[in-house]
Amino acid sequence: MTTGDREKSFYETQGRHTGILSWVLSTDHKRIGILYLTAMFSFFFVAVILGVLMRLELIAPGRTIMSATTYNAIFTVHGVIMIFLFIIPGIPSGLGNFLLPLLIGARDVAFPRINLMSWWFYITGAIVILVSLFTGGGPPDTGWTFYVPYSIKTGTNVTLAVFGVFLLGISSTLTGINFVTTIHRLRAPGMKWFRMPLFVWSLYATGWVQILATPVLGLTLLLLMSERLFGFGLFDPAKGGDPLLFEHLFWIYSHPAVYIMILPAMGAVTEIIPVFARRTIFGYKAIAFSSLAIASAGYLVWGHHMFTSGMSDIARMVFSFLTFIVAIPSGIKVFNWVASLYKGSIELVSPLLFTISFIFLFSIGGLTGLVNGALATNIFVHGTYFIVAHFHYTMFGGTAFAFFAALHYWFPKITGRMYREALAKRAWVILFTGFNVLYFPMFILGLEGMPRRYYDYLPRFQTGHFISTIGSWILATGLAIMFYNLIRSIFKGEAAGSNPWGGTTLEWTTSSPPPRENFKEIPVVTGGPYRFGKD
Amino acid sequence: MNKDNILEEKEDYEGSKMGMWLFLFTELLLFTGLFLLYSAFRSRYSDEFHTGAAELNKTMGTLNTVLLLTSSLTMALSINVIKKGQKKLSVLLQGLTVSLGLLFLVDKYFEWSEKIRHGIYPNSAELLQRGKGETIFYGLYYLMTGLHGLHVIAGIILISIMIIMTINERIHREKFVKLENAGLYWHLVDVVWVFLFPVFYLIS
Repeated sequence: MTTGDREKSFYETQGRHTGILSWVLSTDHKRIGILYLTAMFSFFFVAVILGVLMRLELIAPGRTIMSATTYNAIFTVHGVIMIFLFIIPGIPSGLGNFLLPLLIGARDVAFPRINLMSWWFYITGAIVILVSLFTGGGPPDTGWTFYVPYSIKTGTNVTLAVFGVFLLGISSTLTGINFVTTIHRLRAPGMKWFRMPLFVWSLYATGWVQILATPVLGLTLLLLMSERLFGFGLFDPAKGGDPLLFEHLFWIYSHPAVYIMILPAMGAVTEIIPVFARRTIFGYKAIAFSSLAIASAGYLVWGHHMFTSGMSDIARMVFSFLTFIVAIPSGIKVFNWVASLYKGSIELVSPLLFTISFIFLFSIGGLTGLVNGALATNIFVHGTYFIVAHFHYTMFGGTAFAFFAALHYWFPKITGRMYREALAKRAWVILFTGFNVLYFPMFILGLEGMPRRYYDYLPRFQTGHFISTIGSWILATGLAIMFYNLIRSIFKGEAAGSNPWGGTTLEWTTSSPPPRENFKEIPVVTGGPYRFGKD
Repeated sequence: MNKDNILEEKEDYEGSKMGMWLFLFTELLLFTGLFLLYSAFRSRYSDEFHTGAAELNKTMGTLNTVLLLTSSLTMALSINVIKKGQKKLSVLLQGLTVSLGLLFLVDKYFEWSEKIRHGIYPNSAELLQRGKGETIFYGLYYLMTGLHGLHVIAGIILISIMIIMTINERIHREKFVKLENAGLYWHLVDVVWVFLFPVFYLIS
């Protein structure tokens, strides 16, 4: 293409405003996506540092670098940032915003201005949370779950932090509404439901979970704030209330929320596998429906967080059974991913490496989830490092690794440039090694009885903690190299061209980076999303 | 040419409606959580809930129900007439809706201040001395009618904006989906009250 033909990319189309305002007031879904990604990774960076500090404190028993109170604040803030500011908005709001209209052949989302409003809710919520750390009674020290009665009694700045999370909830709900409507209304002509890329299916399922679950979080947080401000007594036994009801309300949202975290990750890797195996996906419909199945079954299993809190045996058995049900669609997905790789002509580049390690780590995380979900073993591992290891394997090894895979895969589309492949591979090896050295010992520590969130521990746990801390340094090195490579390549990478991987979904048919209106003409879809060779 | 106009501003009627319904669904779920708490506590303190309800002012509650139901009617009519192009009548009906909403709040204000004068408000000595069941009953009463009241205020602001938009011809006989959506929101506020009224005022 000659320069004269070349369309202006959305970076060069400023719209009504200039400078920074052309970003923070833009209704372009691509710019909003990048705003989210920038903000999210800045927060991620902060939370990683907090995590590394926590590990450093735990390298030896007793006080190492910080006081117990500081430690409590740090694990709370680490959790709040990672969960509410990074993992939940992560793939849907960040990459989803950028990619959803491109994947379905639309010019933008259904409600561009509400989309911008979501981002403003997100960033305001984030700022409120950051302010809460340095004002009032200091950073909250309740853990990210804000369990009553301690969260009502503590003098730390819980009210403000919770208000911040409430705003993030509004942001997430609005994004969900926007995406579901977009997928219903704005698919390109000919793109029937079963011709949608599977990432879109997973965003669809995620959108529904955001709509159905997040309002309950909003309510729970409203109640917590009003308890702190007015003392209604709904969760206070002395006034006739019941703290268990808080736990129920909290998990009615927060368990479905883990599917807000993992479903888009599963969708993203489903896009990557067919491209680098040069095969169509195996079991398209099974993958599509399993997303919906996870979303709906996941709504009914919140009780498994409360097996030791006090519930009738029947309730516990039902919750445990339903938890096992969720494992089925997850298993279907893993089976189909592996089957799609089978007999493919595999090209082992960095996005696929991240994807394969996602499958491996997520499987470990998922299977240990069954250990937690079974009643007898739950009593044994509840509140131990086993849980910490389990959710880091699913959330970090799962969601974050898939996020990194997707980031590498769509990097050329987003920036128009290519990163250094050799460096990306090196970063992956270090990251993968560091991850396992960091978190695997926690499974063993947990089974040996090390409780989570403890500042100090018995000498017999020291070897495990020591290895784990070493792992945190390796992991941090891997992250540093990966981000160095990506950030450097935004400015210095070679031009990537519109379709560097040979993908067959619609986003690869437009230029990289895409023009403001995404497609010169809205494409007409005539077949499924993955068409390779004879398939 | 302003480059933002590449994306022609076309209104997707079905899409707007769908988005609004989804939003209403989230609002409904917000209240569902409170109804869930209500049912858990009511089964625990059923006697005290009856005593509490007997003390609420049924007349004022009924008046508020009538006000809101009527306001839903005027809202629906305002949409009907805008479709026929009767702009002035629609503005009038929307104005009526807003006034009825304001009257609802005035009534609510008197009802609450009456209770507060008797020392019944969250965490008050009077309430705590009456025991757990009534503390919870009034806690829920203030929370649920309070949250509903906030929604009434939001609805009033929303409809006021609609009035301005109708006057400015940004809502007219061809383009009325915003007004319809505002109407849907107002009906939701109404429907929630229709449930709040019996569970607090009529169970004694």
